[in-house]
Amino acid sequence: MIADSMHNDDVRDLYRDLILDHARSPRHFGKLDNMTHSAEGINPLCGDKLRLYLDVDADENICDAAFEGSGCAISVASASLLTDTVIGLSSDDAMAFFSAVIARLSGDDSRDDDTVDLGKLRALAGVRDYPTRVKCATLAWHALKSALQQDTAPASTE
Amino acid sequence: MTHAQQLTDAQSVVAACRADFPALDQDVNGHRLVYLDSAASAQQPSAVIDAIARYERHDHANVHRGVHTLSHRATDAYEGARETLRAFINAPGTNEVVFTSGTTESINLVAQSFCRPKLGSGDKVLISHLEHHANIVPWQLVCEQTGAELVVAPINERGEIELDALYALMDDKVRLLAVAHVSNALGTINPVKEIIAEAHSRDIPVLIDGAQGVPHMKVDVKDIDCDFYAFSGHKMFGPTGTGVLYGKETLLDAMPPYKGGGDMILEVSFSGTTFNELPYKFEAGTPNISGVVGFGAAARYLEELGMHNVESWEHELSQYMAQQLSALAGMRLIGTAAHKAGVQSFLLDDIHPHDLGTILDHQGVAIRTGHHCAMPVMEFFGVPGTARASLALYNNFDDIDRLVAALEKAREIFA
Repeated sequence: MIADSMHNDDVRDLYRDLILDHARSPRHFGKLDNMTHSAEGINPLCGDKLRLYLDVDADENICDAAFEGSGCAISVASASLLTDTVIGLSSDDAMAFFSAVIARLSGDDSRDDDTVDLGKLRALAGVRDYPTRVKCATLAWHALKSALQQDTAPASTE
Repeated sequence: MTHAQQLTDAQSVVAACRADFPALDQDVNGHRLVYLDSAASAQQPSAVIDAIARYERHDHANVHRGVHTLSHRATDAYEGARETLRAFINAPGTNEVVFTSGTTESINLVAQSFCRPKLGSGDKVLISHLEHHANIVPWQLVCEQTGAELVVAPINERGEIELDALYALMDDKVRLLAVAHVSNALGTINPVKEIIAEAHSRDIPVLIDGAQGVPHMKVDVKDIDCDFYAFSGHKMFGPTGTGVLYGKETLLDAMPPYKGGGDMILEVSFSGTTFNELPYKFEAGTPNISGVVGFGAAARYLEELGMHNVESWEHELSQYMAQQLSALAGMRLIGTAAHKAGVQSFLLDDIHPHDLGTILDHQGVAIRTGHHCAMPVMEFFGVPGTARASLALYNNFDDIDRLVAALEKAREIFA
């Protein structure tokens, strides 16, 4: 018999209550009236597709954020948590969150940034044990980066 | 197992073959593996794995070239597999069995070599709405190249081709009909013999995408009278990177080569090249010899089990799977054709298929989630994707009970 090399104890470590709550009732879901930046995120593997909207003022502060689209519980919860997080941040601070989240979700502890307190975003860390699902959790964050950098091509996880 | 008493002898023979598949004998995430993703790629029996290893250890050399002993052995093994596969699909001649890298290449070969020279503006290629991308995109490409039109026959809400509409689309501009034997996303078994007869009555040649046909039923290309039949090794318990294009000799003979290189020529000079005879004309370069040896071993394995026995066993299993799944609260079955193979797409409540896939994997149950390379089918049913459980001869009733239990767990988590 072939030995089992990877055994996670509980799938609920991925589907934590906070994740399920945001997946069921995503915050800031819809379009923005005063949108200045937007970007699409596409995960070609899963077919997850979302569009992120930002209202960024002249001082580069994110006054509002919203998203729409369809995807799995992980990608929707991640987008919902993202909007909750970045509203009120400067663009630079939001980019610092981007880097910290990507580092945390990809399991690269060496890049952990002590200056960023991930707070409830830590709930996403369960995906580290599910390599095929990391892209679901990072999708909205790649869209955030594209939107802030005003890339015209959709952000892709591939 | 309570179901065991009801099995016929023939079904029991197939039910006992699970032990032949070493990959199934393992735990995944702390649970016995339940493999329900054979429509994506089937596991290999020891007979296949051993045949490949034996060939690589003892007989490997290039084929059709050397005068030395190993080259003879390699050629015998390679050509022996061709004869085995010819018999497997009851093709009239071994020269009608072209080895390819898989169904996708087989279909591309027909698109480029058979269709492209004869297509022009005003001509049509006809397919159905339930095709796999491999039986859509090659036709889109050749239509773009030639100005021809790709015409799509509709399906109904059960996932069956609307035959009257299909026949109505068979006009005198249609140069080829390409249709799946079995839908990979919906499990629908198309009445290919009847469809081919209708097409032939209008002088339309027919290609059958048999990737999901050969693992589940006896395929007889002479009986159904298709002009081309494309299939893959890895869907029928052989290795990846192997496939067959069966084509009628007269058609293949008239077609120009698809790829140029060694082995497909008789004589090369800078003033011109004389192409080799069939089937070598279409097999440029050193082929996937060990893969083909394994492919042949897979066909022999299936012949020994008997495809009618396989079909009968899988019929019991798929009936049971459909029953058990429909009994689940929140279940939406997608693909409910009257005539179906053991492939079932579904959605459970509003749980995204990828979440289902992860939760099931956690319980050792492997299913496919997503669009199954059939995005037009997903669009038809208005869903971004589905979860899909696909059966093969090595599955059993316990596997289906485990699937159902795992789905119940998913409902609990998302309750």
